[in-house]
Amino acid sequence: MATLKELTHREDRLAGGHRLCPGCGASIAVRQVLLGAGEDPVVAGCATGCLEVSTTIYPYTSWRTPFIHNAFENAAATISGVEAAFQGLKRAGKIPADKRVKFVAFGGDGGTYDIGLQSLSGAMERGHDMVYVCYDNGAYMNTGIQRSSATPKGAWATTAQVGPAQQGKQQRRKDLTQIMAAHGIPYVAQASVSHWKDLTEKAAKAFAVEGPAFINVFAPCPRGWRIPHDKTIEIAKLAVQTGFWPLYEVEDGVWRQTVKVVNRKPIEEFLRPQGRFKHLFAPGNEHLLAEIQADVDRAWEQLQKRFAKD
Amino acid sequence: MAEQKVVAATGNTVVAEAMRQCRPDVVAAYPITPQTTIVEEFAAFVAKGRVHTEYVTVESEHSAMSACIGASAAGARVMTATSSQGLALMWEELHIASGMRLPIVMANANRALSAPINIHCDHSDVMGARDAGWIMLFAETAQEAYDNTIMAVRIAEDPDVLLPVMSCLDGFITTHSIDRISLLDDETVAAFVGERKADWALLDVERPVTHGAFAGLGGPYPAFKKAERDAIERSRAVIARVGEEYARISGRPFGMLETWGMEDAEVAIVVIGSTAGNVRHVARSLREAGSKVGVVKVRCFRPFPYAELAKTLSGVKAVAVMDRAESFGAEGGPLFLETRSALYDAAERPAVVGYVYGLGGSDVKLDLVESVYGDLADIASGSPVPAGPVYLGAR
Repeated sequence: MATLKELTHREDRLAGGHRLCPGCGASIAVRQVLLGAGEDPVVAGCATGCLEVSTTIYPYTSWRTPFIHNAFENAAATISGVEAAFQGLKRAGKIPADKRVKFVAFGGDGGTYDIGLQSLSGAMERGHDMVYVCYDNGAYMNTGIQRSSATPKGAWATTAQVGPAQQGKQQRRKDLTQIMAAHGIPYVAQASVSHWKDLTEKAAKAFAVEGPAFINVFAPCPRGWRIPHDKTIEIAKLAVQTGFWPLYEVEDGVWRQTVKVVNRKPIEEFLRPQGRFKHLFAPGNEHLLAEIQADVDRAWEQLQKRFAKD
Repeated sequence: MAEQKVVAATGNTVVAEAMRQCRPDVVAAYPITPQTTIVEEFAAFVAKGRVHTEYVTVESEHSAMSACIGASAAGARVMTATSSQGLALMWEELHIASGMRLPIVMANANRALSAPINIHCDHSDVMGARDAGWIMLFAETAQEAYDNTIMAVRIAEDPDVLLPVMSCLDGFITTHSIDRISLLDDETVAAFVGERKADWALLDVERPVTHGAFAGLGGPYPAFKKAERDAIERSRAVIARVGEEYARISGRPFGMLETWGMEDAEVAIVVIGSTAGNVRHVARSLREAGSKVGVVKVRCFRPFPYAELAKTLSGVKAVAVMDRAESFGAEGGPLFLETRSALYDAAERPAVVGYVYGLGGSDVKLDLVESVYGDLADIASGSPVPAGPVYLGAR
C-alpha cells in the first residue's frame, strides 16, 4: 500500500476551487478514494447532489478525469453503461485489449440508500467492473437537510422535526453496508474520512478487484449536522470511536474489522457536539439517549460475531 | 441497389436483425411486452457470438436508458428497445439523452398506458414522449420497422444532429404478425451505417471532459435548449439525405410523410402507423367507386413535417386526423393538434376533424374507416364539422 509521502505525489483528480462548503466531507471522501486508484485512468460518475452541482458549474469543472453526471438515482446504472462501452469497444477491437481504465460512481446517501438502491443493486448483481462509493452524510443535504433512510434515529431534519409530539427521526437507520455485503460481491467496505489510510487502502483494494466493489464512506456535513466546519474530521473520528460507524471490510465473503476500537466511547460523545441532536439532551429525553446507546451496542455486538477470528 | 433476401418474419425479429446488422457496441435493455422478443432475439445473437455487443441486462427500463446514456457518452454505438410503461419509466432519462446530445437508437413497440392496464397497441406511450427531444420515426409495416432502424443510426450519429432516435412500430400488429420482408446483407448495412465517430468520449482518457454539467445559475440553460432545437431542425435535411441514400441501396424511398391519391383528392385522412394500410385499402375501393379520396401517412412525427403536410393538404376540402392516442382536455389528439397547426398559415384551410380510435388495441375495422370518409364527404358538401374529438368504435 502507498505511503503518505507517495500519496502526496499523486495528482489530485478533484481540483480545489469547487463550490462545496468548507469542511464538506464529500470532497474529502472523493479525493481520498481517487488517490487510492493509483496511476490508472479513472472515469468517474456522480449522482445528482451537492457533490455534482458544486463541482460542475458550467463552463467550469473540478474534475481532472473524465466525468459524467446523469440523474439522482442512476449513477450506478450510468457507470455500468460506461463500463459496458469499454468492454464492447474492446471486443470490437476499437480499444486496445490491454488498455486499463477504472470506473467509479459516487452518490450520497439519498441517491444510494433510497432512490438509487435499485440501480445500485442491479449494477452490483450484474458484476460490472466498477467501484461504487456512497458518501454518507445521513440526509438529503442538497435540498436542505431532509431525512433519508441513512439519517440516525433521533436526528433533527427538516422532514423529521422536533416538537412536543416527535423528537426528530423516529426510525433506525438502514444498514446499507451489510445489504451490499449480502450481494456477495468481491469487495465491500465501510470507511470514514477521519481514517485516511484505512480509506485509501480500501479504495486501492476496491479498484484492484475484478468486478464490483462498494465502499460506504462516513462523510460529515457541517451544515446539516450543525457543527463548525473545522470539526468534520473530529466528529467522523468520534463516530468510529463510539462504535456508531465501525470500520470493516468484507473481502470475498470474509468479514474483517480494519480499525480496532478498544475502549468504545459512549454514543453521547458523538451526539453532543452536533446541533441536530441538541434536543436529545433536554430533560425528559434521557430514555432516547439510552435507546440509541442500546441500538449501537446491539449492532456492534452483532457485527463482532461476523468478523473472522485473527 | 444491393441484392436482398426475402424472409417471412415478425416486425420484432427484423428489428433485432437490423440491430445486429448495425453492430452496436452496447445494448442495454429490459423486457416488456410487446417489445420482449426484440431483446430475446438479440440475446440469442449474443449467445451465438454473432455480435461483439456488450449486452447489459438491466433491472429496469430506467436503468436501461441510464446505461445507454453512460455508454453513448463513453463513445459507443448504443441501442435499446422498450414499450409503454417502460417508456414511461424512462421519461426523465429520455430528456437527459437528448439534452446531452447522445445518439441512441431505441425501438418502441407502441402500446397503451395504464390504467386500466392494457398490453395492446396505441400511441399513448410515444406521444407522451413527444417533447423529449427525440427524433420519432413510425413504421406502418415490419419492412418499414427494419428500414427505419437502420436509417435511425445514421440520422442519430450525424454530426449535424447528435440526437436520440425512437423507431416506433405498432405493438402486436407490427411487432408480432409475420410479414414478407426484404433484408439487406450484413456488409451493405455495415457500409451504410459506418462507424460511430464520437467527439468528447468519456473513454478518451487523455482528454478528460465533463458530461452532464450543472447549468442552472441564471446562465446557459436556455442556450443549451436552443442548440437542441437547432439540431432537430437540422435533422430535417439529414433525414431527407439519409432517406435518399437508403433508397439507393434498398429501392425503398423514405419521406417525412407518404401520400396516396393526394394529387386530386377532395378529402383526406391523416394517420400514423399500421392503420395507414387499412385506410389506403378503403381509399382504394372508394376511388374505384369514383370518390376523390386521399391518404397521408406521417412517418416522422418529430421533427414534424409542417410544410410538407400543409402543401399536400392545400386544395383539399375536408381532412380527418386519426389519432391513436388521447390528449385529455385538448381539442383532439396530438396528430390532430399538429395538423391543424400546420394548416394555420395555409392560404386555403380545409375543415379538419379529429378522431380518436384504436385505444388499447381496439379493432380498426374497415367500416370505421369508411364512416370517416363518409363524414368527410358530408363536411365537404357543407355539413358542420363535429366538435372533436370523435371517438371511433367506442361504446
